[in-house]
Amino acid sequence: MGPVHTVYGPALLCAGAGCSQQFGAQPQWIWFLSSSYVGAHSTTLMPTVSKGDGMRGLAVFISDIRNCKSKEAEIKRINKELANIRSKFKGDKALDGYSKKKYVCKLLFIFLLGHDIDFGHMEAVNLLSSNKYTEKQIGYLFISVLVNSNSDLIRLINNGIKNDLASRNPTFMNLALHCIANVGSREMAEAFAFEIPSILVAGDTMDSVKQSAALCLLRLNRTSPDLVPMGEWTARVVHLLNDQHLGVVTAATSLITTLAQKSPDDFKTSISLAVARLSRIVTSASIDLQDYTYYFVAAPWLSVKLLRLLQCYPPPEDAALRSRLTECLETILNKAQEPPKSKKVQHSNAKNAVLFEAISLIIHHDSEPTLLVRACNQLGQFLQHRETNLRYLALESMCTLASSEFSHEAVKTHIDTVINALKTERDVSVRQRAVDLLYAMCDRSNAKQIVAEMLSYLETADYSIREEIVLKVAILAEKYAVDYTWYVDTILNLIRVAGDYVSEEVWYRVIQIVINRDDVQGYAAKTVFEALQAPACHENLVKVGGYILGEFGNLIAGDSRSSPLVQFSLLHSKFHLCSVPTRALLLSAYIKFINLFPEVKATIQDVLRSDSQLRNADVELQQRAVEYLKLSCIASTDILATVLEEMPPFPERESSILAKLKRKKGPGKLPDIDENRRNVNGSSEHSENTDTTNKVSYVLNLNSSPSTGPSLLVDVFSDSSTSASVDVSEDNFSRFVCKNNGVIYENQLLQIGLKSEYRQNLGRIYVFYGNKTSTQFLSFSSFVTSSDILKTHILHCLIASYPIIEGGAQVQQILNIECVSDFTDAPVLNIQFRYGGTLQNIAVKLPVMLNKFFQPTEMTSQDFFQRWKQLGAPQQEVQKIFKAQHPMDTDVTKAKILGFGVALLDGVDPNPANFVGAGVIHTKSTQVGCLLRLEPNAQAQMYRLTLRTSRESVSQRLCELLGEQF
Amino acid sequence: MMRFLLLFSRQGKLRLQKWFTPIPEREKKKIIREMTTMVLARQPRSCNFLHWKDLKIIYKRYASLYFCLAIENHENELLALEVIHRYVELLDKYFGNVCELDIIFNFEKAYFILDEFLLGGEIQETSKQIVNRCIESSDMLQEYYCEGETDFPGTWRKL
Repeated sequence: MGPVHTVYGPALLCAGAGCSQQFGAQPQWIWFLSSSYVGAHSTTLMPTVSKGDGMRGLAVFISDIRNCKSKEAEIKRINKELANIRSKFKGDKALDGYSKKKYVCKLLFIFLLGHDIDFGHMEAVNLLSSNKYTEKQIGYLFISVLVNSNSDLIRLINNGIKNDLASRNPTFMNLALHCIANVGSREMAEAFAFEIPSILVAGDTMDSVKQSAALCLLRLNRTSPDLVPMGEWTARVVHLLNDQHLGVVTAATSLITTLAQKSPDDFKTSISLAVARLSRIVTSASIDLQDYTYYFVAAPWLSVKLLRLLQCYPPPEDAALRSRLTECLETILNKAQEPPKSKKVQHSNAKNAVLFEAISLIIHHDSEPTLLVRACNQLGQFLQHRETNLRYLALESMCTLASSEFSHEAVKTHIDTVINALKTERDVSVRQRAVDLLYAMCDRSNAKQIVAEMLSYLETADYSIREEIVLKVAILAEKYAVDYTWYVDTILNLIRVAGDYVSEEVWYRVIQIVINRDDVQGYAAKTVFEALQAPACHENLVKVGGYILGEFGNLIAGDSRSSPLVQFSLLHSKFHLCSVPTRALLLSAYIKFINLFPEVKATIQDVLRSDSQLRNADVELQQRAVEYLKLSCIASTDILATVLEEMPPFPERESSILAKLKRKKGPGKLPDIDENRRNVNGSSEHSENTDTTNKVSYVLNLNSSPSTGPSLLVDVFSDSSTSASVDVSEDNFSRFVCKNNGVIYENQLLQIGLKSEYRQNLGRIYVFYGNKTSTQFLSFSSFVTSSDILKTHILHCLIASYPIIEGGAQVQQILNIECVSDFTDAPVLNIQFRYGGTLQNIAVKLPVMLNKFFQPTEMTSQDFFQRWKQLGAPQQEVQKIFKAQHPMDTDVTKAKILGFGVALLDGVDPNPANFVGAGVIHTKSTQVGCLLRLEPNAQAQMYRLTLRTSRESVSQRLCELLGEQF
Repeated sequence: MMRFLLLFSRQGKLRLQKWFTPIPEREKKKIIREMTTMVLARQPRSCNFLHWKDLKIIYKRYASLYFCLAIENHENELLALEVIHRYVELLDKYFGNVCELDIIFNFEKAYFILDEFLLGGEIQETSKQIVNRCIESSDMLQEYYCEGETDFPGTWRKL
């Protein structure tokens, strides 16, 4: 093996001096831009270097593929190869290990190219039992990449793994552990979760095996936490933090961090060990740690992991420990001021990685004002750093600092730098972070400045982030509005600058606020009137304008420049350029005008009477024109005034815009400006907002379509079909007991799908309405009803409406649910829409059942029986014996019990064929612990189900629900 | 934890994929497409970090290859950048002046090295020496076992 190295492509790493100028930020290891890329269409040289084993056939094959001139040629070559391999595998002649390895490797290559592979798994599994290392290795690689939980093979694979784990050969053990960590399936967890902890803590285990075992256990804990029980080993794992081998400590820290997040109390002892370890690293001379020093930075990976582990806990209570940790953090902050020990970017990255993690810990503790202010100053320096990465991270980190009472003011001092970043940064992702930070640092003192800057940035902002900025501006403008004229101006500006990105929530909200605050109504009417004068104005402005003038046009009608007729002509001049929903809204504004200004009644009636309205091809517009015209003709002034009265104030609720932004950003990503920032003097700054923050979000219903808008109209003119009773569909109800997603209702027209999430006593259901036809649904609305008993138990958001659902389209509604106390009956979803002129009414029972509010509980056998005995009173137990309705399959049963919401407890029931589970039902008022046991009798095809809870009604209901499932 | 690591060329050809959590194949292909378009569209001198769904994407270009690492939201971006660099160093040490073709033709080795370095989405061994020793010794194991095997290729033929 004497490799002669020839250059056959650009080297990934190039330390030469010639290539170091292109990227100032990356002075040493350079992204070498070579023009001599050997592309797929030129003949490829095979590498002349081969390390370890070589597989010539494989290299020839790869080379062939690369020389294929077209996709078709590649597929042809692959099919030829697949046929060849298949015949070899099927052939009579037993293949030797080397050939088997080569073919398996070829299959793997083909799979990685993106083609499907449906054979060869067995051969790969056979390789596991080879005693040649690389054959084994290829077998494991194939399995790691390709095996899904194919149950026949998993048993064989597990067998191979078992043998290797027992071999005491560290390289074989490592291969086996890597495979478990890579596949991480439940079956593997079941087979090995008990064995791995003992490998990890055994005294004679090699260091490298310990590392693999720690991470393997971590992986299994993530995928199947119920199968990795805590035990005597946990205490010994914590002590690995003291291990001599830094690689072992690093792996163990990852494991401990994950375990500590789940059960902090069990790993409290790790705090002092982690601080001690960190302190030793931080104060060590860089050469002490040998190969764990990375570009002159002592063990950066381990340091970051330890700092991360400490973020699972509050600041240490022990004073000595606390001051030792503070010292560490100070040392890290001090080091940031020292001159760099190397010019390489790796040095500064590693050093700053530790620094940023230390700052995260400081922010997490949020208890040492001096450290917080120092952290803020350090980030301030980075804001102007020449490296883009550091500017990006500084902006991101400051966002979290802004929410701390100690550092909020310090963050605010950087406002000019951040605004400058917004204007000058070349990279859109950095600008985005600047927007985030401005949003987070905004308070009453700087709101006007920040909103103005965001608005002016919006004119040139990237399309990808416009909608988010619009939402942020709208929220800040509302939140910090001292006078609402500023708020109205801001929103109208938003529509002018970025009308296309102003979502319904935003313009609904401005209307809500104007309607609720009579001090701003006159100003709003005047301002929209002026804005509408512009020759080209955005449709959203027409909507807001139409709505506001329709309600409050009278407030400016005294001025001859905005007399009723002028107002009407102005609105009507936009009419023909608008879409159907906007025209519908304008028609409603016109009928409101007839009420407000009798002098324009004739003009408006003429408009309504014109063919373009009365014979409009659009049913909705036609209907409105007909109904409004009729109303204006036959109703007396009194009736008109009642029907078309000013809209009542909207109930105060969480801003739907904020809800939208939260949805957009995903949970946890949005710096929560709603939370009261405590000032240093203890006063609360935004107290008027606190009561609105935790309420459910409603879907607003401003689109005044006849069925939901001026609701009296429906009663006056429509047939009385709305009140006709409809049969409630509950066909699919019981299918949702053990699952949360699926189709709940379907007929020839409509499909209703559900996706639900539950956490503790709260739930959210996403309802998807799919129009299966090719024609529109009109005036689609849905609302939730429940019996009087249920209403006290479940709160939900009520209405959604859509003027039109296009053929083939799908719309989504969100329902929020809170379980107040235990219940039996389920709410009903009522849907109404027009299809081809007929009104459709559908009612579906929503699968909201008591078991949805389960949280699974893990417990030991001893705990289980102790509680089982405590719940021994006759009314606490409910039992049901019933015949199996489905084939009795253990895996299906397990899945159903897990889907029901409880944890499956293994090894509790003396009879392994039985199932035992435990969980807690969360309601707002109380929590109900629940134990269950299911005993299948395969011969009789019967089950016996026993439930024990502290409440009779709960036991009863749960037994009913689960008893129907098997 | 890390969620996945992708290596692809400037032309968007995937050279290596490592997934640390189970993801259906169709979803993988979608992610690969999204990552390549997103990363390849980035201007030079931009920062190396992106937000994508609930993950952070850390990418860096080495010669003709892009390394793209997805990490969870609370993870350290700068250190992720050095995870990529350490992997490149490990490849370089093993292959000697590593280039894209080494990874294409010895993809299995690239996976083996990665498995010694990262496991289950966490870093397993940060010492370059130890990882290299591990890989070298498994090569030795191979040579020891393969002695006398007849169709073991001795030299490479140039095509």
